[in-house]
Amino acid sequence: MKKKPTHIFQKDISNCGLTGFISKTGKLVEGEVIIKSISLMHDRGNGLGGGFAAYGIYPEYKEFFAFHLMYESGMALQLTEEYLEEHFFVEQQEDIPTRRIAAIANPPVFKRYFVKPLETADYKEAVEFQNMTVEDVIVGHVMRINNEIEGAFVVSSGKNMGAFKGVGYPEEIADFFRLEEYKGYIWTAHNRFPTNTPGWWGGAHPFTLLDWSIVHNGEISSYGINKRYLEMYGYLCTMLTDTEVVAYMLDLLIRKHGLTPELASMALAAPFWDMIDTLPEDERQLLTAIRQVYGSGLLNGPFAILFASNEGLIGLNDRVKLRPLVCATKDDFVYMASEEAAIREICPAPDHVWSPRGGEPVIAKLNPGVF
Amino acid sequence: MKIDAQGVYYRDLNTKIREAVAGGADKIDLVNVNGQYFIGDGINKPVTITVNGVPGNDLGAFMNGATIIVRDNGQDNIGNTMNAGKVVVHGHAGDVLGYGMRGGRIHILKDVGYRVGIHMKSYQDNKPVLVAGGKAGDFFGEYMAGGVLVLLGMFTDAPEKSKHGFRFGTGMHGGVIYVRGGVDEAKLSTEVGVFDLTPEDRQELEGYLQEFSKDFKLDFKEIMREKFVKILPKSKRPYGNMYCAMPR
Repeated sequence: MKKKPTHIFQKDISNCGLTGFISKTGKLVEGEVIIKSISLMHDRGNGLGGGFAAYGIYPEYKEFFAFHLMYESGMALQLTEEYLEEHFFVEQQEDIPTRRIAAIANPPVFKRYFVKPLETADYKEAVEFQNMTVEDVIVGHVMRINNEIEGAFVVSSGKNMGAFKGVGYPEEIADFFRLEEYKGYIWTAHNRFPTNTPGWWGGAHPFTLLDWSIVHNGEISSYGINKRYLEMYGYLCTMLTDTEVVAYMLDLLIRKHGLTPELASMALAAPFWDMIDTLPEDERQLLTAIRQVYGSGLLNGPFAILFASNEGLIGLNDRVKLRPLVCATKDDFVYMASEEAAIREICPAPDHVWSPRGGEPVIAKLNPGVF
Repeated sequence: MKIDAQGVYYRDLNTKIREAVAGGADKIDLVNVNGQYFIGDGINKPVTITVNGVPGNDLGAFMNGATIIVRDNGQDNIGNTMNAGKVVVHGHAGDVLGYGMRGGRIHILKDVGYRVGIHMKSYQDNKPVLVAGGKAGDFFGEYMAGGVLVLLGMFTDAPEKSKHGFRFGTGMHGGVIYVRGGVDEAKLSTEVGVFDLTPEDRQELEGYLQEFSKDFKLDFKEIMREKFVKILPKSKRPYGNMYCAMPR
């Protein structure tokens, strides 16, 4: 059952605001804090998209993949649940708690499932003979649900984390999903200002795969080439928005190809050739190799992104810094946001505040042994 | 006159400021500012506005004669198309400072971001001056058409970083940039060249830096201890022949 595209647009240009933080010692922070930070940048969005990613929110199910599902119809729900029953052991399933509020019109249905793949014949074939990992199998299922079940979208699929997003200002989305009831050690948030693609529920940020989540301010003008490159590796773009490619690209580069986050950042925001030529010989060779191998992974156009996983939080700008990004540290916390004021709203007196230079990743990992 | 900006929406805060200016206030103290955009925009009276906290983007845009003193860090787009007056920031500031600025002064104590002084211009007596005491990101003085940029590289929170970034002076075709302690010529755009200061240049620069030192209570002699270089555009029309030769 192949879905017809409902929109012909390929990408999104936006202003947007983003913010996020991590406690490197794994302290759990209430949702209230990130809501306060993103709300300060209310005017960077236009009410057509808000979203959050939270890590450490499901400790009681941390061994299970937490699938957040969005359904546009009862049929989508029924087909997806049949699909999940067929392929997964479902430890727990429930509605994602929401609050009916005036600002959110016609929300889709949200459910979450805590699952492990069943040892079906297909699973054994994949793991024993096709050299796939359990994560590869999960990615395959996410792609199939998004691509083949009309009106069903996997909002997130990682362990002990979840994404919450939709059409509205971020503070309204937070209210709708009752985010003040969650506690996490990493939070990211996004305020969307869509211009080229529709402001629909699936198009809000973050975009996710496994425990990767991405929030993005800018425009990926290389979307077409990135999308076609990812298709060769089985990633199918279904969310009608450019940022989606970043989530899948990181999964490919870091999880599949084993690049460090530093190297993956160099592939996404590679220095210009004339700058590479001025580097010492070993660095020149490394960057030349990365640009040659991952030419189709280069993100062109302006961007500031935050990407998170269970292991940490990373901020990255395009190489000529066409979107703002400010970072700060305070004790074991690292903050990253579009505006310094969004950080100061929740951390009035940081130890250190700075703006990273273009293409220079800011990497904040959980301290070793925290989880 | 004091205005508490705690939790006040930017539009309401700016309305209060404009009302205070219209009412004849000559000193306005804003307390608990955090992120409110457009503070001081378009104000054309010689009022002094002191900002306690981090002001939002586009501080002092289109400003015409007022003085803004920020007791904390600043954000992006300070002094956008500013005509006259002065902005003093006792911390660092973000990207695109002094965009299209055509008069007045901007003094930033510490580091500045990307594209600082982009398309600054001058005309007759209108000569904008932007002094940054710390380090700068890429594209310093991009498309600069007039006015003066000064980079000291002295007061920084990032001692490990280089004094200035790449693409320095890209598209520059007017005005002048002074840099304390020299520049990394590999990072200059092809449109600019490095020169020694003339005695007149030095006199002019000393005037700007005396004022800068006074604003932040700095040691002027210490600032002048290092040699300065002057960056000038090689051409007034760097891209005149980009697509086809220009008719003579």
